[in-house]
Order: sequence, then structure tokens, then C-alpha cells
Amino acid sequence: MYHNSESARLFGRRAAMLAGGQAVLVGSLVARMYYLQVMEAERYRLQAEGNRISTQLLAPPRGLILDRNGIAMAINQHNYRVLVIPEQTPSLNFTLDRLAQIIPLGESDRIRIAKDARRRRSFVPITVRENLSWEDVSRVEVNAPDLPGITIDVGQSRYYPMERLGAHLLGYVSVPSEQDLASQAADSLLELPGFRIGKAGVEKIYDLALRGKGGRSTMEVNSVGRVIKQLDRIEGEPGIDLNLTLDLRLQEYAAQRLGEESAAVVVMDIFSGNVLVMVSTPSFDPNAFNRGLTGAEWNELNTNPRSPLTNKAISGQFAPGSTFKLMVALAALEGGGISPDMRVFCPGHMQLGSVKFHCWKKGGHGSLDMVGGIKNSCDVYFYEIARRIGPDRIHDMALKFGLGQATGIDLSGEHPGLIPNRAWKKAAMGQPWHPGETLVNGIGQGYCLTTPLQLATMVARVANGGLQVVPRVARDEIDGRIVKPHDDHPQWPSCEVSPHSIDLVRRGMFGVSNEPGGTAYRARIQEENMWLSGKTGTAQVRHISMHERETGVKKNEELPWKERDHALFVAYAPEHAPRFAISVVVEHGGGGSAVAAPIARDIMIEVQRREVTRLNEMGKRE
Amino acid sequence: MRRPLHPPRPVGGLNRAEMSWRDKIRQINMSLLALITAVACIGFLTLYSAAQGSLEPWALKQMIRFMLGMGLLLTAAMVDIRNWMRYAYVFYGVSVVLLVIVQIHGTIGMGAQRWIDLGFIQLQPSELMKVALIMALSRYFHGQAPEDFRRLTSLFIPLIMVLVPVGLVLKQPDLGTALMLLMSSGAMFFIAGVRIWIFGIALAGGLGAIPVAWQFLHDYQRQRLIIFLNPDQDPLGAGYHITQSKIALGSGGLLGKGFMMGTQSRLNFLPEKQTDFIFTMFAEEWGMLGAVVLLFLYSLLVAWGYSISLRCRSQFSRLLALGIVTTFFLYFFINSAMVMGLVPVVGVPLPLISYGGTSMLSLLFGFGLVMCAHVHRDIPISRSGAVED
Repeated sequence: MYHNSESARLFGRRAAMLAGGQAVLVGSLVARMYYLQVMEAERYRLQAEGNRISTQLLAPPRGLILDRNGIAMAINQHNYRVLVIPEQTPSLNFTLDRLAQIIPLGESDRIRIAKDARRRRSFVPITVRENLSWEDVSRVEVNAPDLPGITIDVGQSRYYPMERLGAHLLGYVSVPSEQDLASQAADSLLELPGFRIGKAGVEKIYDLALRGKGGRSTMEVNSVGRVIKQLDRIEGEPGIDLNLTLDLRLQEYAAQRLGEESAAVVVMDIFSGNVLVMVSTPSFDPNAFNRGLTGAEWNELNTNPRSPLTNKAISGQFAPGSTFKLMVALAALEGGGISPDMRVFCPGHMQLGSVKFHCWKKGGHGSLDMVGGIKNSCDVYFYEIARRIGPDRIHDMALKFGLGQATGIDLSGEHPGLIPNRAWKKAAMGQPWHPGETLVNGIGQGYCLTTPLQLATMVARVANGGLQVVPRVARDEIDGRIVKPHDDHPQWPSCEVSPHSIDLVRRGMFGVSNEPGGTAYRARIQEENMWLSGKTGTAQVRHISMHERETGVKKNEELPWKERDHALFVAYAPEHAPRFAISVVVEHGGGGSAVAAPIARDIMIEVQRREVTRLNEMGKRE
Repeated sequence: MRRPLHPPRPVGGLNRAEMSWRDKIRQINMSLLALITAVACIGFLTLYSAAQGSLEPWALKQMIRFMLGMGLLLTAAMVDIRNWMRYAYVFYGVSVVLLVIVQIHGTIGMGAQRWIDLGFIQLQPSELMKVALIMALSRYFHGQAPEDFRRLTSLFIPLIMVLVPVGLVLKQPDLGTALMLLMSSGAMFFIAGVRIWIFGIALAGGLGAIPVAWQFLHDYQRQRLIIFLNPDQDPLGAGYHITQSKIALGSGGLLGKGFMMGTQSRLNFLPEKQTDFIFTMFAEEWGMLGAVVLLFLYSLLVAWGYSISLRCRSQFSRLLALGIVTTFFLYFFINSAMVMGLVPVVGVPLPLISYGGTSMLSLLFGFGLVMCAHVHRDIPISRSGAVED
């Protein structure tokens, strides 16, 4: 028994040591559990929630865009899609074979679906086909029992029912770019697959209001992302419907009137700044972008010399030509020290040093005062005036009337144009101003560049007596998400030009359109109470050489399109109580009086007729 | 539940050579049985919850296995302890042979050769070896006097006995089981009375061998060790198990999310929730409170094993009982330390709770031997194996 009791004692000691060690180990387990389950519990609880909860954004329907009379210009169309959920099919190929008997299904579609099916988890729906017709949808629905795993899903896509009409103004929507995502990181809607935001025009400027507010659906998901149940659902706010100032029927009329020309027309209310018409031709069908363009179509749009994708009304910059003489005249009267009665003799040209500057009328106009100078658009008269007052005064006046800078219209992509002065030339070219440039500048040629919208704004400010009206296309003022109706006659700041000076210019414009000999007399309005006062402009785009002058200046019809003059016309109506201002620019169209003025006349008649009808209807209602 | 010991008598009594069936049954330690059953019941409940409130597919099968295991336990307890001692080496030898057979004919499972398919049961010889090695070492050390350990040569045979199965299991490869075998035999050497400085040398040698051992590790084993050292480096890849396990544990908090309410396990973020990570699931639903109760039950079981072991008269019984109990301790310690991110992920189940047949049966068989030691505690056995009078 000796060895046994000896062993037993040793065994007891060692067992006690072992037990002690084990107790320490168990203690460490408890300590670790305390650390994980008590001290760090909150952190892990959050992580477990993050695992469990998946949030899905619900895209709000985009606000509609309507014209001033409520005609829809941009709407949301149902986009019916066929989806297949692979795990609900007995076999993907079997279901797709069945489906192919009902709706056409291309081989490329099948390859794409098979690829998606391999890549994604089997409960994730795969798009089979998009933009289904209602007939196809019905056929699929009727055959649903034979199509296990197939579902129909309705998405939304933007549709512009007026197609080409107003396409430039509306702009378009597209998927957000990297920059969009970075600059608008706060709105998680942008990360939704397939979500589109405004990229140009009204769609861009009013994007936030049109977009609405996303809803959110909170779901419990398992480790592979399958939805177990919906926990919560917050509906978003749909986008705000936006009323434009545009009159779609006038827009349509103006577009038809311009026909195939590369041209732009802007008609605006001279008091409110509401733009009734803004046409740029040729146009394009924005829906084609949603459908997807072929390479050839895209090439045609991009390389067309008449640039259908550009909104010429705000982005096209043209020399204003003789329409600029209104500004020269005002600058001369306002501080230029020129009396309206001062007479200038026009022999058909003006000699400055060794250079001869020609008037558009070969024989000359003889002696003219200011009203006569405007009415006849005499170049020599304005050469002389410009020579006396210099380019800086002209520049300052032009800027007061909205030229040489963006008007601030609520559209994207507006170009500022250019009105030169001495300082500008020094800065831009590093050269002093030449006296000859003063003369060219005086008839709106040379460095001068204006957009059709600026010209309309300019004439509107002349017509309203010098109020600095700003054009706009949205009828409601949208500031963030609050929509409030516009004050129809906002208090515009004044140009600070004396009424006498403006009266004088307007008398000249009256002569242009309504007195025999005026440059637009043939394009006058004879309808009662609708007379317009205007100013023609013909902007030369090429240099006429001495040789050509001697052998006879070529007619526009003899020149290639790119070398023809731009035809311009600005006007307001009715002449006795001005309401509307118009500018027409026909790119390489020829002479302002022959091409642009008749277009302006027809459109202004239509504008005023519509206004009369509208007022009558309002009268009846009251 | 200490029963009064009868004083030794020449004929009859508990220290007599032969005990009747009635005596044996009377000596069964009901507390041990109750503790084992309590832990197993926690397992059934957790498996029921893992199946989201269903007996299928795990809980019912586990109960049936437990019943079988209890039968095995009681049978093992009834066998005369001297027979276990007599056949210890045979049992060990058979286990070694089975390990070799697994190398040759084994079925590939979980990337390692571990099973022999006998048709009705998949035999896992490495599980068998855990018990067999303890039996063999107990028998060997039973035959040694404490002074024998002064001669290092006396350690030669038991070292071979340990290293042969460890090598075979490593070859499968099953690092977890190999380490378990090493650690439980180390404990056997320790309680048998081997000098402590020898352990110091062995430990130093072991640490020195780590760079060499690294070369022999499989890629996935290295990966596990790297992930253990830095689980956040790849939270969705190889670190996924341990990261999700810690989230589940931590989010359980002090009081847990409630029975069948564990989101991590219910939504399948927690992998292997019915097997190796069942402790995590239990602790997610029952919180730290539940986990501490479970650890307490385990510790109580181990303590019971100690008290049984210390009351045995023969060195064989003492060593056997404590060896088995130590193996059991290693099971629950390694598993729970693993799911808490304290030790690397090794395939060690939570004893009596994790779903799995072989480990349940081998554990209950092991407890059968502990019970056997208890039932036969007063039978003295001589060094040669004969009953001492």
C-alpha cells in the first residue's frame, strides 16, 4: 500500500494544481464574455442590426412639366418589364423557351440573361425585356400559370409627348455622373440603379423640385440578402409638377413658321419676362435618347452643320447687326452729347484714313436725323455717331439692356455673348482699340456677339420703358421645395434712361415697320391694334473685298450657305401699348428685312390673336 | 450525494474482488448523471431553436443519440474496472490500427480523412483514440512508482504511445484533435507525477518547433491562424466565421435576445450554428447570464469528475477519471474560447451540446469510464493489475 498512498498524495497535489489552472482558464472565459457581452455589447448590437436590416429606397415619380395652359410636355411613362426569378423556375431555359413563344426574345437577350443568372443569386430578378407594349404585357399575364418564375414589373421612364417641340428648353434626364454623385452625396436617391436626374434645360434647373423625395422600405434580410419581411415603409413625396410660361400652341406655330431654317425665335412678355415662345430649329426628338440612338443617328445629330442639339435661342451667339443700332442711338442720346436733330449726310460710304466704310445702300441715304437713321438703318449715320461717342458708352448702354452677359433665365447652358470696349480689347488681345473698330462696332458687327434671348430682352426693355426685365420659363417660382405663384408684374430695376430717349428710339422703330421706306415696311402688321415696331438686322459673316464691291456684291443666293448673312429682326407689339417682345435670328438666312421680319410679323399676329382670345375667355368667365 | 462507505470487510463490501450487479447499480452517481443530462438538455433546446422551433432536423436525432449514449455510459460503468485496465492496451492498439485504416480507406469528409463508414455508423477513430490513449496511459502510469519518473527512460514508452496517434491524426489532417491528444496526455503526465521541469523543457521545445511546424501546416490551417491573429483583415472572407460569431455574442448582451430570437443565427449570419458555433448561438439568445450558467454546469461536471477521481483507491481509476474529465474540460474550453476569438478556429465541438453523433457517443462512453471508476472506487489494484487484499 506504500506506493499507493505515496502516489495518492502526489496525485492529489498535482490534481489540485491542474484544477487551479483550469479554474484560471474558465475565469478567462468569463472575463472575455464580460468584455464582449457587457462592455462591447452596444457596438456588436449595432453591427448585428446592420447585418439584419436592409433599407431599400423607393423612387418618387418625377414631377410633370406643363405649358402655361396645362398641356403636358414631359410625363412619366410606365415602362413594363418582364423579369425572371431563376429560383422560381423549374429550369431557366424551360421558362425562357415558353416565354419566347409568347413574346419575341432574341438570342442576345438569352445570352445576357444566362450571364446575369450565373452572376447573381438565384432569387434576384433578372430583366428579360424592357419597354413592353401593352399587348405583350397582356399576353404574358394571361399565360402566367405556364410561366413559373416570370413576373411583370412597372418602372417609370421620362417621355416627352411633344417630341421635337421645346426639346431644347426641356432638356433631358439621364443617370447621374460621378460628379453628380459627389456633389449631391446627401441624396441617396441618386444611387438607385436606373434613377435619372435632369441634365439640361428645365429638367436640370428645376431638378430638385421635379425629383421629389425618396421613400424608404426597411426590410429584414438574411445572410445571403433574401428579404424575410418588411419592417417599415415610408412613402416619399412625388416631384412637383412644373408649369412653364411657354404657350405650346404658339411654340408649335413658330416652329412651323421657321420650317427647315436654322433659326431661333424668342417671344416674351415685356413686363413679367415670361417667355411664351422659345424655338430653336432644327430640333430633335428627346425620346430617341431614352430609346437609344444608333451610331448613325448620333453622328447625324452631332455633325449636322445646323447643330440640332444646340439651343440657339440661348447658346447661339450672333453678331447683332443693325439691331444693335438701338443701343448706339440710346448711348448717343444719354450723355453722348448727340442731339436727335443732328443731321448726318450719307453719300453711301464714309472715309476713315485710307479705308472706306460702306453703307448698305449703294447710293447713300442723303441727310438724316436720328429717327431717319434708325428707320433707314443707315450705316453711315451710325458710323458717325459711334465715331463721336466711342465704344465705351455703347458698351455700357448695351449692358444695361441685357447684352454682353447672361440674362439669368432659368435655363442651363446660356451663353453670355460679347459687347466690346477698349478695356476688354486690351485685356483679351493686348492691343489698343482702333478707330475703324468703333465704326464697325457702331453697326453691330466686329466683335459684337448676342444671343436671340438677349436681343428679345433688349427690345423688351426698350418697349417697357427701360425696366430691366429678366426672362424666365417657369411660371411658378420654385425655391427649394416651396412653390409660390409669380407676381405678374415684378418691380424691375430701371435702366435709368430718360423716357425721351426711349421715345425717340421707339419712333425710329415705328418708322422701320410702319412708314414707307422703313426697312421692314413690307413686313408690317396691318391688323387693327396689332401693329408692331421693330428693327431689322443683317449680320455679315464674311469680308467683302474691294474687288467684289467694284464688280458687284454677290447676292446671298449665290453664296454657299455657310457664307450667307444672318437675318435678324427684333420687335415689340402692339405698337400703341406694348406687351410682347420678339427676336428672330435666321442663321445664314439672308437679309433681316426679307427673311426675319416676315417671320416675326406672322408670329406676332398669332401671339396677339391668342392673347385676345385668352382675354375674351377670361371676360366671359367673369 | 455521498453514500456512506461500508467499512472494509474480508468478504462482501465494496472493496471485495467481485461486486454484484445490485451493488454496482446502487453505486451509480446520480448527480453525475443529472449534470450530464442537464447539459444535454440545454443542447436539445438550442438545437430546437437553431431549427427555428423544430425538432427536425437536429434536436430529435440528438436526443436519440443521447439515449444510446446513456446506454453506453451505463454499460461501460457496469464493466469491472479491472477488465478495462486489462484490455487498455488492446483497445489502444485497435484504435491505432483504425487510424491507419482511415489513412488508407477513409472517406473524404470536410477536406480531411476522418471517417470509416461501417454502414450503420460513421466511425471516427480519432474520437476513439481520445479515450483509448487515456486508458493506455492510465494503465502505464498505474504500473509506475513516483520514483520511477526520476529515470527519464521511463517516459520513453508513454511518449511513443502519445506521439504515434498524434502523428497519425496530424496526417489526416486534424490539427484540433492532435492538439487535444497532446494536451490531455500532457495533463496525464502531469497528474501522474512527472517532474515539472520536464514540462518546462517540453514547452520550450514545442515553442522552438513552431517555425518548423508552420512549414507542415496546410494553407487553410495557416489561414486560420493568421485570421485568429487579425480577424478584421478579411471580415467577409476567411475572418467571416469569427467576426460574425463575436457580433452574435456581443449583441446578445447581458440577458440575451431571448429563446429563438437570435437574429444572427436565425438569419444565417452565424455559420455552423448547430455544430462548432452552437455556443455562440446559445449565448446570443441567453446572453452572458445563460453562458455563465452553462460554463458553471460544465465546471460542476469537471469538479464532480475530480471528486470521483480523488476518492478512487487505485491509481488506474484516478488517472482514468481525471484524464477523461480533463479531455472534457479541453473540449468545452477550446470550443468556447474559439467562438469568443480567444484561440484560433479549430474543429472542436461543444461537448454534449454540438450536433454530432460520434463525439456525443465517445463523450458519454468516456463518462461511462468515469462512472465505472466511481462504482469501483474501493477496489484496489496492484501494480501488476491484481486485486490487492
